[in-house]
Amino acid sequence: MEMQKLYLLVPLAPLFGAMIAGLFCRVIPRWVAHTATIAGVAVAFIASVIIFKDVLAGHTYNGPVYTWLTSGDYTFEVGFLIDTLTTTMMLVVTFVSLMVHIYTIGYMHDDPGYNRFFSYISLFTFSMLMLVMSNNFMQLFFGWEAVGLVSYLLIGFWYTRPTAIFANMKAFLVNRVGDFGFILGIGLVLTYTGSLDYATVFKKAPDLASISINIWGTAEWSLMTVTCICLFIGAMGKSAQVPLHVWLPDSMEGPTPISALIHAATMVTAGIFMVSRMSPLFELSTTALSVVLVIGAITALFMGFLGIIQNDIKRVVAYSTLSQLGYMTVALGASAYSVAIFHLMTHAFFKALLFLGAGSVIIGMHHDQDIRNMGGLRKYMPITWITSLVGSLALIGTPFLSGFYSKDSIIEAVQLSHIPGAGFAYFAVLAGVFVTAFYSFRMYFLVFHGEERFGKDHDEHHDHHGDHDDEEVSVDHHHGLAPGQKPHETPWVVWLPLVLLAIPSVAIGYIAIEPMLYGDYFKGAIHIDHHAHGSMEHLAEHFHGAAAMGVHALTTLPFFLAFAGVALSWFFYMKRPDIPAAIQKKVMPIYTLLENKYYFDKFNEAVFAGGARLLGKGLWKGGDVAVIDGVIVNGSAKLVGMISSITRLFQTGYVYHYAFTMIIGLFVLMTLWINRA
Amino acid sequence: MSNYPLLSLSIWVPIFAGFLVLATGSDRNAPLARMLALVGAILAFVVTIPLWTGFDNAKVGMQFVELGSWIPRFNINYHLGVDGISMLFVLLNAFITVIVVLAGWQVIEQKVAQYNAAFLIMSGLMNGIFCSLDGILFYVFFEASLIPMYLIIGVWGGPNRVYAAFKFFLYTLFGSLLFLVALMYLFVQSNGSFEILEWHKLPIALGAQIWLFLAFLIAFAVKVPMWPVHTWLPDAHVEAPTGGSIVLAAIALKLGAYGFIRFSLPIAPDASHELAWFVIALSLIAVVYIGFVALVQADMKKLVAYSSIAHMGFVTLGFFMFSAMGVEGALVQMLSHGFISGAMFFCIGVMYDRVHSRQIADYGGVVNTMPKFAALFMLFAMANSGLPATSGFVGEFMVILGAVKFNFWIAFAAASSMIMGAAYNLWMYKRVVFGDVANHHVAELEDINKREFLILALLAAGTLWMGLYPQPFTEVMHASVNDLLRHVAISKIQ
Repeated sequence: MEMQKLYLLVPLAPLFGAMIAGLFCRVIPRWVAHTATIAGVAVAFIASVIIFKDVLAGHTYNGPVYTWLTSGDYTFEVGFLIDTLTTTMMLVVTFVSLMVHIYTIGYMHDDPGYNRFFSYISLFTFSMLMLVMSNNFMQLFFGWEAVGLVSYLLIGFWYTRPTAIFANMKAFLVNRVGDFGFILGIGLVLTYTGSLDYATVFKKAPDLASISINIWGTAEWSLMTVTCICLFIGAMGKSAQVPLHVWLPDSMEGPTPISALIHAATMVTAGIFMVSRMSPLFELSTTALSVVLVIGAITALFMGFLGIIQNDIKRVVAYSTLSQLGYMTVALGASAYSVAIFHLMTHAFFKALLFLGAGSVIIGMHHDQDIRNMGGLRKYMPITWITSLVGSLALIGTPFLSGFYSKDSIIEAVQLSHIPGAGFAYFAVLAGVFVTAFYSFRMYFLVFHGEERFGKDHDEHHDHHGDHDDEEVSVDHHHGLAPGQKPHETPWVVWLPLVLLAIPSVAIGYIAIEPMLYGDYFKGAIHIDHHAHGSMEHLAEHFHGAAAMGVHALTTLPFFLAFAGVALSWFFYMKRPDIPAAIQKKVMPIYTLLENKYYFDKFNEAVFAGGARLLGKGLWKGGDVAVIDGVIVNGSAKLVGMISSITRLFQTGYVYHYAFTMIIGLFVLMTLWINRA
Repeated sequence: MSNYPLLSLSIWVPIFAGFLVLATGSDRNAPLARMLALVGAILAFVVTIPLWTGFDNAKVGMQFVELGSWIPRFNINYHLGVDGISMLFVLLNAFITVIVVLAGWQVIEQKVAQYNAAFLIMSGLMNGIFCSLDGILFYVFFEASLIPMYLIIGVWGGPNRVYAAFKFFLYTLFGSLLFLVALMYLFVQSNGSFEILEWHKLPIALGAQIWLFLAFLIAFAVKVPMWPVHTWLPDAHVEAPTGGSIVLAAIALKLGAYGFIRFSLPIAPDASHELAWFVIALSLIAVVYIGFVALVQADMKKLVAYSSIAHMGFVTLGFFMFSAMGVEGALVQMLSHGFISGAMFFCIGVMYDRVHSRQIADYGGVVNTMPKFAALFMLFAMANSGLPATSGFVGEFMVILGAVKFNFWIAFAAASSMIMGAAYNLWMYKRVVFGDVANHHVAELEDINKREFLILALLAAGTLWMGLYPQPFTEVMHASVNDLLRHVAISKIQ
């Protein structure tokens, strides 16, 4: 009973903080807002740690909180499932959220929407916790949409900026496309299992593996394949997989703390979490896993390429996030769910670190985000510099750091997988290592090393970005340094979270790999059909401890690729900056393709957005106005008018006309009567 | 409590209050008229509360029944009763009447007594529709409720009000004439009874059932409104005053849907099964086609009017899947739509009162001058897009999930509203509320006052309650819906 109250406390404490900061945002002073919300999240974090220990001691929990709805034979409940998968997510979410809350005190210091911002990020924490702690699909969907709502509110936080309010609508709508698939998947689950409760569904799932349904024409589809692909479409929206990735780069319009919290560490990984949670379903369809694998591989590689040409510091990190989400998805496709969650966790730490580091740089640069205007910042911002270096090294998979253990495990798992598409995926994740190292250190060198390019008149840089990132639109958030001004290290509330995030970025991989991947940590939470998808089993055979893995890696291909990427970026951007410019000129068509982000945005804008508006206009003007109202409604009114205008001719109002008509009528009737007789 | 004639009270208290308000006469007594109207509306709401608290969830059939002879010669009775399907609508109607009286408080300055009286009387008449168990009594209430609405649009409406009022009146009158013919036929067939519950048991041949079904369909489809007989609604909404729009959307549209449940399904079950595909097709057209049409509207009221049609498409879709999830989902959708569409129209009214324009293009950056309003408007725009934790989600969720069981592609088409709904609501919200202050009208806006806040807060409470804990609302429906479905599953052909 005690523990159940604690479970409830975890999501409700941040909700309480959010309500205080949100409902009274216009009356309470700033310190109340940030104290209330930070206290709420801190309580959630501490409770999560206690629950984590309890779960490690073997006390998992699955039970309802209240009955949301009953209808027919179906019951929908709000409830919690507390196992190792849940607690892992709870720890990641509450820890990163706590760091971001503290960081926000510094980052949003001068913003008039300070209280509102704290309210939103606490509300987000509540929503995300409801999502991961759910024991059923309905509540999962609630959390799913709620995090989407808060993401919408936060991307459009600076609501007077046209780019921000475009980006937030785009994010919500693209996510809705994913949810559209998701809800159909949920519908299929309910139809065939009669329940939305995870435990019941997973118990019944094996019996459904042989069922095929008729979706189109005479073709029979495996029920599990259709269901899992529908569910995965939801994950594609939330976790920004190609082609539903288009919203994530634009989401950088939001303040940097939420880019770290929502668009890197937690919300975007909800899709990864969801598929891992559904592992008993996905294991039943190799076809669905292949789809997952290929989509993930495409995202991992091709979104990485886009990172190379970005000049906005946040966008480099954003494309890196897309690419890393692709890695996690690849792991899911290879049935290495625990590896995906492992990478999710390490990525949450080092990517939050990189984003917050980028935010620190942005503060230091007085809200100039263009890396071409930076350089040599290590002298002025030493803490930011070191922590960002740690984050970058973790990201590219430097042996012994956290990102190495998770990313290398993914690569090996894909190598050992034999489902269709695994060959391509292996190539993509391997090539991705080089690309990741290259763009990460391109940014690192341009920002922290080399010539100091800030404090100059740099207006000429500002006109060729993407479509919607024209920073100069904003009134009060993008000044840049004045000529002669130097960047400065940020206050402790900003750098402390960097340091606290750098610690797990370094160490968590080494500590956690053995229990998470090869122990029975996820026993009962993740289900793998080792017969059909044996890559995890084979992976375990190759594993001889974290230290050995690190040493061994120094002689493997991924390490050389990462090293080559770093070396090349050093050569290009430190030694010979003329070379990348020359290459850019040589391969102009490719550059243009990348510059336009493979034309996804333009295509969507023209075909989907434009098409919907055109169709709407056509149906309205053509259907409603012209046909229904024009012909049928007003047409029948006119017809009545016409008929009555004819009959009106007989109604003149003159008595002798009526008398005359009556006489004629009488004659006619009499004639008929006589003839009849 | 059940000793009191609660249903009669819920009908006649507002009507009596309406005449009392009317008696205050000219606008010199406007404050008195307003106060009387508010007291009357609250009293009328209070008398409906025991209907819910005293409702027996386990009981199948009608409760709080009142029976008296009205016109003995034709065996017409004053027969009232509610079941789990109709009871909540009586409460919703009474609740919305309070909202409407408050909504017109400072806005209506001409013919105040008549305005408030019209709403109170209409409220009573519409309660009569939900409570009637006698065909003629139902018909009388059904037709009589047209008159106050016609007057509200025609007298307090916008510049094109006469066209809109006529269109509204003729459209719906056209439908209900066929309904009257159907009632006469049933009277003859049942050897001279106007008892709706008797008609439910009446065996009818398939051919006759189909004719009856079509007559009902035309009458109710106009009211719902279903595609393609929906074009009166956007015009009526655009011209109606805010209060009129609220009642129209929140209650009047529900009358048609209620008719399907009370007449079409139980009286002509075989024809309902035969023609379900047709109704489902029309419903899906409403959901998909209207979604696109809503997207391109430049007038906010038209946009919300079209979104109402799309949401009502979910209702008719839910009914004709003949499953508990479908029917209960549809009923939940009806209730929820009462809160949300009422709130959406009120939000537009709040802006219209200040700027005197409903065009999206005349706004922009409203959040800068009306932050409180913007927050509440956001809630309702999201609820209108079916966001979980709001009532808008529950009905759509149930109908879509029910539809997957029925047919995957029907669910597919219905679920597209998740995208389209978000698109038209959020695009409108973006253009109206977000951004820099667009013009001096927006710059001069004053945030909502206490009265407006109270109205929106009440509606928000309803929306969130139904979204977070819908169980109390569906609990009362189970017995009646299951009974209905059992009944509809049995053929009446002999």
